Amino acid sequence: MRYAGEKKFNVWTVLTLILLALFLLFVIYPIGMLMVKSLFTGGKIDLSYFVKFFTKRYYWITLVNSFKVTICSTLLACLIGVPMAYILRSVKIPCSEFLNVLIVISYLSPPFIGAYAWIQLLGRNGFITKIINAIFNVKLHGIYGFAGIVLVFSLQSFPLIYMYVSGAMKNLDNSLNEAAESLGCNAFQRVTKVIFPLVMPSLLAGMLLVFMRVFSDFGTPMIIGEGYKTFPVMLYTQFMGEVGTNDGFAATMCIIVIVIALMFFFIQKILGRKFTYSMTALKPIEAQPVTGHKKFWSYFFVFFTTFVAALPQLTVIVTSFIGTINGSLFTGKFTLDNYRNIFSKGNTSAITNTYLFGLEAIVIVIICGILISYLSVRKRNALTGVLDVLTMFPYIIPGSVLGISFLYAFNGPPFLLGGTAIIIIVSLSIRRMPYTIRSSTAIIGQISPSIEEAAISLGASQMKTFIKITIPMMLPGVISGAIMSWITLISELSSSVILYTSKTMTLTVAIYSEVIRSNFGNAAAYSTILTLTSIISLLIFFKATGSKDLSV
Amino acid sequence: MGATITIENAVKRYGKDTIIDGLSLDVKPGEFFTLLGPSGCGKTTLLRMIIGFNSIEGGVFKIDDKVINDIPTNKRNIGMVFQNYAVFPHMSVYENVAFGLKNRKVPKKEIEERVDKILKIVKIDHLKDRMPAKLSGGQQQRVALARAIVIEPAVLLMDEPLSNLDAKLRVEMRNAIKKIQQQIGITTVYVTHDQEEALAVSDRIAVMNGGVIQQIDTPARVYQRPANRFVANFIGLSNFLPANISTDGGKTKLRFQCGEGYEVEMGNLKPGLADSEEVLVAVRPEEFEMRAKNEEGIPAKITSSVFLGTATHYFLELNNGEEVEAIQNSDIWEIIPAGTDVKLGVKAKKINVFTKDGSTPLVVREELL
Repeated sequence: MRYAGEKKFNVWTVLTLILLALFLLFVIYPIGMLMVKSLFTGGKIDLSYFVKFFTKRYYWITLVNSFKVTICSTLLACLIGVPMAYILRSVKIPCSEFLNVLIVISYLSPPFIGAYAWIQLLGRNGFITKIINAIFNVKLHGIYGFAGIVLVFSLQSFPLIYMYVSGAMKNLDNSLNEAAESLGCNAFQRVTKVIFPLVMPSLLAGMLLVFMRVFSDFGTPMIIGEGYKTFPVMLYTQFMGEVGTNDGFAATMCIIVIVIALMFFFIQKILGRKFTYSMTALKPIEAQPVTGHKKFWSYFFVFFTTFVAALPQLTVIVTSFIGTINGSLFTGKFTLDNYRNIFSKGNTSAITNTYLFGLEAIVIVIICGILISYLSVRKRNALTGVLDVLTMFPYIIPGSVLGISFLYAFNGPPFLLGGTAIIIIVSLSIRRMPYTIRSSTAIIGQISPSIEEAAISLGASQMKTFIKITIPMMLPGVISGAIMSWITLISELSSSVILYTSKTMTLTVAIYSEVIRSNFGNAAAYSTILTLTSIISLLIFFKATGSKDLSV
Repeated sequence: MGATITIENAVKRYGKDTIIDGLSLDVKPGEFFTLLGPSGCGKTTLLRMIIGFNSIEGGVFKIDDKVINDIPTNKRNIGMVFQNYAVFPHMSVYENVAFGLKNRKVPKKEIEERVDKILKIVKIDHLKDRMPAKLSGGQQQRVALARAIVIEPAVLLMDEPLSNLDAKLRVEMRNAIKKIQQQIGITTVYVTHDQEEALAVSDRIAVMNGGVIQQIDTPARVYQRPANRFVANFIGLSNFLPANISTDGGKTKLRFQCGEGYEVEMGNLKPGLADSEEVLVAVRPEEFEMRAKNEEGIPAKITSSVFLGTATHYFLELNNGEEVEAIQNSDIWEIIPAGTDVKLGVKAKKINVFTKDGSTPLVVREELL
């Protein structure tokens, strides 16, 4: 809205234009480069890369594999996450808050760490495999390929489903349950006819996130997949391949992923719009104590699942204190050698880089997030509308695709940024931006415009009002969102692994390359540092917000 | 010290919809002026045009003869109190009230003095260091009021400031607002949809409907001599009864159509009314006189009654099936039972008569004493 005496071209227009330019440069231009590389050869439209991909089984089978893995993992994640949320909301379980934190932490660590930890447990020489082989006198080869990938992804993703469903159930008033009961529904019907339909929109949103996350993750199948190649693995090898890379073909694969992601985004949007309910519970469902076999099974399910979910983290932390021979074979003796290794011989810049890049990206994300949400809510016009749409783009672009498009766009003139810290910081910020903008927009929506109008009527300029009133009022919400962003940023792998150089290596990249080189001791030590950082940040988040619920 | 506000031919458009089309009014110095109307009548839109939050599509807005159309809000020197208080939640009471003074670069010492003084006036000086979250709704509205008047604005605007308060606080706060306004003598424009509130606080009321001012008058005049059918029914309640003029031997009388010959002599109708011309009579419930069925009046049957202490409300059915409401002071004897046939007389001096379409008053306005 324009107030009296306000010029059509003012400081807000300038800000909008600057932000638009930045997003054009860092979102549209790289995607444009992908399109050009994949669709044009010698100035003419050329679809041969697409033909090549879809006609050779070697390539298209990875897409099929990816769908198989993704669908199985998403469904399994629901099968674990939904009952988990239901039991923890409706059954009184001791130390459920602690369980909640464990579940969240297992979600926040990068999936490939789970993959490598499960190899330590169930791999060829895995701890559990050895025990089973010794007891039953068999020769199990461990869990690799399809089963391994699905195992890791399901355990990694169910927390997200759990958080979404649990959040929705918190807003479900118990009177709905009671009303259904008074109308003759039994317990089972209440769940299927009342609770489930009302939780459905959140479940769908959670499923989409899981789907996108699993579909675009390349670290896990890379480590535990062995011969089983998924699409992101193929994309990565095509791009980074030692046998000679093919830019055009990699770009084509990027376009295919974007189209698929876009499809699922819209399907979720349409489904989500179909069943949306706004609810606020005056009296949420209360956790009730249960007895008998119900008690046994609900306790067993919750504790066992949480234990299995937290097991990779536990393994990593324990093995980080166990000595190794040549880095790969654990000796079984407790020592601090691994930490000594990474701090004396190894690369400590990975640690400082992670903190530095993460913090810088967070600052960028906060500033842009506040500005963009303010512009698109309070200064709604055609320009800010375009900006609003542009900023949502990165939401559906997988990290590896973003990384590849950045390299195409910024590895040569006119924008030479390849190999710099800037390119990593920008990619981190861009990837996190949609989440921050969405939460900031929600925060601004809760601030009544009349508070800003009051400041203006008291003689403050619009800019002064924004700085003195709007920002301070937004800040608590934005900061708590920023802590969550920080945790997700420091565990980001897929774009950093493509953009890093030896100088700009981050913790996740360091862990990944140590795992690939079978330096499991160092990897464990790096992972432990990452996990501890996440846990401390999470505790700060809980302390700062005073709540035990997360919105991711 | 109060300023005048002059609005000439104001026009407000949202896209193609014209909300206000050529509205004019004057507010006198130091006056408590109320814009009253149902929701959506354009009263808040007009208020926001005065302060500058809404653009002005046409017409001239003046404060003390200075055109303010193109002056940005923060330079207009107008104080505003909002419906939802709009107290800055991250500032203490003191900081809230001092905010406007700091923007005006008032020296620190003077800020302290002026804030202290105004907090005493609105009676929250003991809450100076509290944060808004720890204040009740009434206290927050006092902060908002103090914050708006401490800058000594030319004009004070209030947008439904009491609608978020509970009934008891509402009465208490409206008395406080009136008292403070008189004490400071600031020109005030007050927006409300609550007619009782408007009657209680205003020097003058502008009744609005559909973006058009229906009447501007003192509270008593608006109530007693409404300018048209809308005002007669929006302020208080009126029973509308069709009647015919009868000019019989130099006397002008009203013959009620459902009155079975009941006639009332009127001494205050405008001249020039034709015999048997159809008019609309507005009778407030308290302007009926209930009489025994053998006396003069409009025949009616009591359908139900509500005893409210000082008065009793009767609901009656006329012989044409229409319902009317009548209020009688509660007498010491019993309430007349439902089903009783009565006659309804009207108090000729008090009732209002309009043209048949209800748009023009036919009663000559008494000169103010």
